[in-house]
Amino acid sequence: MEASLKSRTRQPAHGPLHRLANLLYRKPNLYLALLLVPPLLWFGAIYFGSLLTLLWQGLYTFDDYSMMVTPELTLDNLIALFRPANYDIILRTLSMAIAVSLASALLAFPIAYYMARHTTGKTKAFFYIAVMMPMWASYIVKAYAWTLLLAKGGVAQWFVDQLGLAPTLQLILSIPGVGGSTLSTSHLGRFLVFVYIWLPFMILPIQAALERLPPSLLQASADLGARPWQTFVQVILPLSIPGIAAGSIFTFSLTLGDFIVPQLVGPPGFFIGSMVYVQQGAVGNMPMAAAFTLVPIVLIAIYLSIVKRLGAFDAL
Amino acid sequence: MRSNTPSSERASWGLKLAAWAGLLFLHFPILIIFIYAFNTEDAAFSFPPQGFTLHWFSVAFARVDVLEAIKLSLQIACLATLIALVLGTLAAAALYRRDFFGKEGISLLLILPIALPGIVTGLALLAAFKTLDIEPGIFTIVVGHATFCVVIVYNNVIARFRRTSYSLIEASMDLGADGWQTFRYIILPNLGSALLAGGMLAFALSFDEIIVTTFTAGHERTLPLWLLNQLSRPRDVPVTNVVAMSVMLVTMIPILGAYYLTKGGESVAGSGGK
Repeated sequence: MEASLKSRTRQPAHGPLHRLANLLYRKPNLYLALLLVPPLLWFGAIYFGSLLTLLWQGLYTFDDYSMMVTPELTLDNLIALFRPANYDIILRTLSMAIAVSLASALLAFPIAYYMARHTTGKTKAFFYIAVMMPMWASYIVKAYAWTLLLAKGGVAQWFVDQLGLAPTLQLILSIPGVGGSTLSTSHLGRFLVFVYIWLPFMILPIQAALERLPPSLLQASADLGARPWQTFVQVILPLSIPGIAAGSIFTFSLTLGDFIVPQLVGPPGFFIGSMVYVQQGAVGNMPMAAAFTLVPIVLIAIYLSIVKRLGAFDAL
Repeated sequence: MRSNTPSSERASWGLKLAAWAGLLFLHFPILIIFIYAFNTEDAAFSFPPQGFTLHWFSVAFARVDVLEAIKLSLQIACLATLIALVLGTLAAAALYRRDFFGKEGISLLLILPIALPGIVTGLALLAAFKTLDIEPGIFTIVVGHATFCVVIVYNNVIARFRRTSYSLIEASMDLGADGWQTFRYIILPNLGSALLAGGMLAFALSFDEIIVTTFTAGHERTLPLWLLNQLSRPRDVPVTNVVAMSVMLVTMIPILGAYYLTKGGESVAGSGGK
């Protein structure tokens, strides 16, 4: 073995490469260390370093009069998060994230269920691609498509008029907290856009959870005398909870951090993301923006600890 | 596989309808973008469209700002993809077989850029660049994109590594190949399509990214930023529609490619989400 290796490393063109490759094969720890250095440098120094910088700058002082940031440490920015105006922003974003997650789960379930339990071969592949394509299609273009759909005289309006539903729509839009003056400036419109954009992220984990469901369990349930809906409520639904929880991680955290959709569709009023954007950009108050990013981080950490108990991490 | 199990119930009409209606809901807005790109009107909000034309394509692709934004986005996506391919493959090769202290921490660190909202990653990078006095530009955009693209490549490559039996490598060495030959003739051909799939997805993700980019772009304008800026200017609607359709295509085609390259295994291309 040693001899044959030596004879091959003598090929002049690849000499050093061959010797290096052999050295690495014989010294797995060196090999591992060399593999890890570049990604660790990148993620440790650039990414993790940036995160720490951000958290640290959340403690800097911003002078309202001079509009200058000074590196004097203070907790004022964190305390300011609990002012009623900021509290409203947090509550508005959080309630949207929860509503979007619930609606996505409701819409996603039948699609995922049909995909997992009633399609095979080509149809399954078709459904899979048909869910993946909109998921990967450009985010900003999907948001733009909805501004076209919801605009006055746009597609949604045309369908509503054709179906004679205009009065119903007016009625829905007049509900406070849901409606708004027009579809594109209503909470309902913004909610629809969010649900649309994040829906595929919910379908795939539920589908995966349902695929893993052993058919023998369902047969056992039927053998023991359960009717189909009883099997559904008592066997299928509980076992799909990890998938729903896993999908909701995406819908929840993606809605929580978004600032493009709230800017394009829906009534005025900031989301957490828009607040971060404006504080950093127009106001120039980096410390306040940094403090605000703590909100989604903390909310997501809390959310993850909840869904972890539901088994979400095994279904990711 | 599951066809021989008595799939006891046939799908009820309600379920079938809900599933297909769901698919329609997912594709309808995309269809609208494709229809409007060919619309003859200049204020393209009215529906149904009055007529169809290819005129706006020649207008859009003759505009300097559009071409520059496309060029910039392509450059950034290529650079970010290259970095992600290298780092993601290295990380996957390091993590797939060995167990060592801190392994879980490393895999968490890789996922963090897509698990945390884009505003956090974007603002964190901006804060660091400002502290280090780095002027935002192409370089800073690429750094941001590469950071969240690594995990896509990593997911694809590690899935392939897990599917490739290690005995292949041992057999190659036993048969007298040296380390380099084993890498060149056994490992690399096995990884090939996973690398290509991961690279395509990373490319699509970078090409389309807007939230992190908003913070790291400085005065540069990538194609998504151009589009966002365009939405507040209604007079350019036809040009915007054409560009929107092109961006949609550039981001959707890689998913098809990645699907065909990785199909037949448990590896689910891009299941890591955005």
